[in-house]
Amino acid sequence: MQSSDRIILDPKQFELTIKRLSHQLIENYGDFKDTVIIGLQPRGYFLAERIHQELIKIDTQLDIKLGSLDVTFYRDDFRRQDTPIIPNKTEINFIIEDKKVILIDDVLFTGRTIRSGLDAMLAFGRPKTVELLVLINRRYKRDLPIQADYIGKNVHSIVSERVKVNWKNIDKEDKVILYTPE
Amino acid sequence: MSKLSTKHLLGIKYLQKEDVNLIFETADHFKQVINRPIKKVPSLRDITIANLFFENSTRTKLSFELAEKRLSADVINFASSSSSVTKGETLIDTVNNILSMKVDMVVMRHPNPGAAYFLSQHVDAKIINAGDGAHEHPTQALLDGYSMREKYKDLTGKNIIIVGDITHSRVALSNIFCLQKMGANVKVCGPLTLIPKYINSLGVEVISNLKEALEWCDIAMMLRIQLERQDTKFFPSIREYTQQYGLNKELLDSLSKKITIMHPGPINRGVEITSDVADSNQSIILNQVENGVAIRMAVLYLLAGRVD
Repeated sequence: MQSSDRIILDPKQFELTIKRLSHQLIENYGDFKDTVIIGLQPRGYFLAERIHQELIKIDTQLDIKLGSLDVTFYRDDFRRQDTPIIPNKTEINFIIEDKKVILIDDVLFTGRTIRSGLDAMLAFGRPKTVELLVLINRRYKRDLPIQADYIGKNVHSIVSERVKVNWKNIDKEDKVILYTPE
Repeated sequence: MSKLSTKHLLGIKYLQKEDVNLIFETADHFKQVINRPIKKVPSLRDITIANLFFENSTRTKLSFELAEKRLSADVINFASSSSSVTKGETLIDTVNNILSMKVDMVVMRHPNPGAAYFLSQHVDAKIINAGDGAHEHPTQALLDGYSMREKYKDLTGKNIIIVGDITHSRVALSNIFCLQKMGANVKVCGPLTLIPKYINSLGVEVISNLKEALEWCDIAMMLRIQLERQDTKFFPSIREYTQQYGLNKELLDSLSKKITIMHPGPINRGVEITSDVADSNQSIILNQVENGVAIRMAVLYLLAGRVD
């Protein structure tokens, strides 16, 4: 970590935020009947997994389907980069036709990934409703009319800055940092 | 690595091992896509692809066209039999005329070896070789290698025999290059008149007895006799060929282990392979066809390149 890095969420706040988001979902979805959770690959899936675990911890009776969705083939910046974008795995072992979908990503910024995600999701059926949950909502640089329904934290940042969400199972510690790349 | 080392797909010979792995890994994702309820993705929606077939084809043409459509590309098809080629137009003129219509990629099958390479030197589009004479048929070798990888995970040290008309087969040559890059041992089997003289220089040994060859291998790839490319007689009769080099159930069952049977198609049932072998549970011939679409999607996706 460099001196210019700013911690947006420390491990304790991180845990509280996950808990709060999970409780908000329970408040709105109750028994999660006909509801599925889909995390966007690669890093939105980590959040989806964590929220899924937390929901089951809060109510062990819940049976909620969890899937991961890769948006690579649906992105609008393919052929605008020098190298092809290499895809991740999609694992959705259920039909989302007529289901209530909670779409999850770690950071919402321009909205383009979510746009691709909405397109990609339609290959698995026509959902009844879709809501968006993000851990970090970066404001002031939205390219498309997309807003999140559940937000972990709003961040005011300039375009040159980056937000990195670290996960304890892969990055040793749960935290969110804001930094300026060199 | 996330980029192919070549701009065109002219032959397996020009690929690195890493390229082959990248194509396989990308094909894994496309295989999943084509098994979804909605089998189409919008990746190549701003690309136009011309399929130029100067030689007959069923599987390869359909498979390429399906792959292109599944990737949302615009497709134009061309068959030489119904074109101005019969009026004496040259290959470069034909292709340049097609490219003037703003085509980004060309998939070409041609009876002359090296036609795809020649084209890549003279026109400004991405070229994919869909078979050039008796030279190479790279996407066929990739889908064969991919089907074997699917079954065996790792081909390192696996023994693969290619049986039949090796001299006239572009599938054999491309497969030799591809399978060797994947770490497999490749040998060939067939009448010596149908085995090229230079085969040893590729590190490939010849086994002339079919039973011995099948005992050695884990996977047997049976090839068709390419009568259309044979200007002289290379063996006395089809019947004699079948007796010596045809694979039947009795021979297959007499082997000490269960081997996997492959065939690139079209099959001449009753000549190189009998129906009960081609349709047996040891055969992965139809898996090859399914994987063909995923492999071609991967190749098109990886070669599409940057928009200008």
